[in-house]
Amino acid sequence: MTAASEPLLRVEGLQVHFPIRRGLFFDRTVGHVRAVDGVDLAIDRGTTYGLVGESGCGKSTLGRAVLRLVEPTAGRVVFDGTDVASLGGEPLRHMRRRMQMVFQDPLGSLDPRQDVESLLSEPLQAHGLGGGKAGIATRVRELLDAVGLPAAAMRRYPHEFSGGQRQRIGIARAISLEPDLLIADEPVSALDVSVQAQVVNLLEELQERLGLTYLVIAHDLAVVRHISDVVGVMYLGSLVEQAPADALYDEPLHPYTRALMSAVPVPDPVVEERRARILLAGDLPSPANPPSGCRFHTRCPWRQETRCDDEAPVLRELAPGHLVSCHWAEEIRDGVLRPKSAEEVAATQGVSVRATGADGGFEPDALLQGVDEPIERR
Amino acid sequence: MSIEAMPPEGALRSDVPVLEVEDLSVTFTRRGEQPTRAVDGVSFSVSAGETIGLVGESGCGKSVTSLAVMGLLPKRGVQVGGSVRLAGTELLGASDRTLRRLRGSEMAMVFQDPLSSLNPTVPIGTQVTEVLVEHREMGKREAATEATDLLDRVGIPDPARRLKEYPHQLSGGMRQRALIAMALACSPRLLIADEPTTALDVTIQAQILELLRELVVDSGTALVMITHDLGVVAGLCDRVHVMYAGKVIETADRYELFARPRQPYTGGLLASVPRLDAGRGVPLTPIRGSARDAIPWAEGCAFAPRCDNAQDDCLTEVAGSTVPLEYDGPGRELRCRHPLSYPQQTPAGATASGAGR
Ligand SMILES: Nc1ncnc2c1ncn2[C@@H]1O[C@H](COP(=O)(O)OP(=O)(O)OP(=O)(O)O)[C@@H](O)[C@H]1O
Ligand SMILES: Nc1ncnc2c1ncn2[C@@H]1O[C@H](COP(=O)(O)OP(=O)(O)OP(=O)(O)O)[C@@H](O)[C@H]1O
Ligand code: SF4
Ligand code: SF4
Ligand SMILES: [Mg+2]
Ligand SMILES: [Mg+2]
Repeated sequence: MTAASEPLLRVEGLQVHFPIRRGLFFDRTVGHVRAVDGVDLAIDRGTTYGLVGESGCGKSTLGRAVLRLVEPTAGRVVFDGTDVASLGGEPLRHMRRRMQMVFQDPLGSLDPRQDVESLLSEPLQAHGLGGGKAGIATRVRELLDAVGLPAAAMRRYPHEFSGGQRQRIGIARAISLEPDLLIADEPVSALDVSVQAQVVNLLEELQERLGLTYLVIAHDLAVVRHISDVVGVMYLGSLVEQAPADALYDEPLHPYTRALMSAVPVPDPVVEERRARILLAGDLPSPANPPSGCRFHTRCPWRQETRCDDEAPVLRELAPGHLVSCHWAEEIRDGVLRPKSAEEVAATQGVSVRATGADGGFEPDALLQGVDEPIERR
Repeated sequence: MSIEAMPPEGALRSDVPVLEVEDLSVTFTRRGEQPTRAVDGVSFSVSAGETIGLVGESGCGKSVTSLAVMGLLPKRGVQVGGSVRLAGTELLGASDRTLRRLRGSEMAMVFQDPLSSLNPTVPIGTQVTEVLVEHREMGKREAATEATDLLDRVGIPDPARRLKEYPHQLSGGMRQRALIAMALACSPRLLIADEPTTALDVTIQAQILELLRELVVDSGTALVMITHDLGVVAGLCDRVHVMYAGKVIETADRYELFARPRQPYTGGLLASVPRLDAGRGVPLTPIRGSARDAIPWAEGCAFAPRCDNAQDDCLTEVAGSTVPLEYDGPGRELRCRHPLSYPQQTPAGATASGAGR
């Protein structure tokens, strides 16, 4: 059952809908927030799956549903060949031990009244691991060493550490039970860049040493590209594209992925000046009332008169391992269809957006358009 | 829809920068605590139509610098020294009345968290029209029309309806636009934007940055952009001042800075950020430690405990003086005794991935 070829984690048709309650006693359900609305993904052992998307698209909810911190509305989570929903009691506890989470805000997730030693030994004691007092003390020292903190850190409290050091404590705690899967929700987004790089390197090093499998949730596409083997892009509760990291960045196929990537600033003025930006019209629609058909159609620069508004696209495999959910992905890739400017989209969809610098004429198959040919700045 | 290229009156003399900050220092003195010098001898200037960037990690003094310029620091427990001149007029020591008049008419600020700088109990339309009535002496009706125009200009859809809405009814991006609209209400000569897009999604950030870019080009506003995001700096700022522990440690135009960072801290920052256009295998080279490890400038270079180039003479005790900010070639200034060097000069614009490491 646990053949090496079987992915460590498989998520099938996962849905998480939160009821929206109104009324004097919040007793009337007036609708649902479709936080996660039918996601399929698989993560191979020892690899990193990066999940990106904008605020509110359902990334954290997906991570929490995998751990069953929220109950899925529908769908399956299969961990190491076992349907997690079928478990209860001791087997569920055991499974939870094998899946751990690292949070964005290390201070919020660490009890401020516990010193580091007690923070790190607590999970060991709770699971009866570590082999008694002496064993636990040794293990705590090993853990601190693994995340690059001095043994003297043991007697100190979370508030005495910098943000990066706190994140190291959070990671030490997460790996203390020797999990197989680590779900890291925005593990570096609260950190300064110099410290962010330390934590990214630490995660990579631990993965190599301990053979960990990661689900990394982040809104920073550059961090995700750096750390991931496979990247999934979410929009309003669904995956719109999934591909090996390099393939995704070399040739993003979904219009949303293209817009997202063109919006990420690159720390290089030469690149910044030459690349085209695909500005999107308007804001993210509400997940309580998602648009019909393709959910991206209200903002999509490539939207067509047919299919987009009334037919929901499904994920299709256009190249090995490269999945995209867009009716027109081939035509867009081959440059048969041309994008409209954000203003034009805005005009047809009744939303507004300011004019963009690079209007129309994007090179459809390059992330950094016209690298050889500078675009005139006004 | 382009904003008329109308230089604000008085600013026609382009030789006088819109803002000149000289040797600015801010010390917080709280009773029973050691005074902390949050800003320590910072100088920079911005001209009309120019964008400068203040970058650095959390706590290096970016926000305190901008609050000092705007005259928004608390009166008690704060000592401000140096000079801040807006189009030649000294602001430090100016009366509250003068400052209040200048804020809104001549200079404006946009903050990271728009919700905290908008009044939650007043519709945004009223908040924008109030600025117009107060500073541009418009009538109510005229102000309302102008407010609609402003919201439209910053890309708020259906502006006439939005004017009646309260801040919490708008999305984060819309609120930031509303705040920018208020800042623009009086066509200020100077706009200070303190992490204006940090709380926003990248696609919305792209819209806001585009808006700021247009503003600078079309109306000649002088823009001070405060950010920790080197990508934002690369795309927006003409000149960049890198700050560490309250001091400017390196100044250069953006091409120079990114192609050939000289300060080990700047080089370290650039080697720390993952790039979207870099392959997966490219390793990150972080700076060790964190900003907490800084030593007081009086004892030596504050960056010394984290610096790979540090030598004994980086400490005041050994060298007999603190590390000064000095001329480092045309348009560059540097505070460092053992800077990164580049054996052969590559043409400006070469990339700096993994520079100097
Ligand atoms: N417990 C809850 N009850 C009701 N709605 C919820 C709950 N948790 C999340 N949501 C809603 O579900 C949607 C997805 O939220 P989620 O936190 O998963 O997004 P996210 O992608 O992690 O965003 P961010 O990048 O801001 O962290 C949002 O609209 C959110 O408001
Ligand atoms: N009101 C205050 N009283 C005392 N110290 C303060 C006060 N405001 C700021 N400081 C200190 O001044 C220093 C600089 O703070 P500042 O807010 O300017 O940092 P910043 O560069 O804007 O950082 P960030 O990127 O986190 O916004 C910090 O060490 C901070 O603790
Ligand atoms: S299906 Fe249509 S609206 Fe959706 S992403 Fe593709 S082109 Fe755009
Ligand atoms: S002065 Fe010395 S310690 Fe400071 S940055 Fe330069 S080499 Fe490093
Ligand atoms: Mg989240
Ligand atoms: Mg700040």
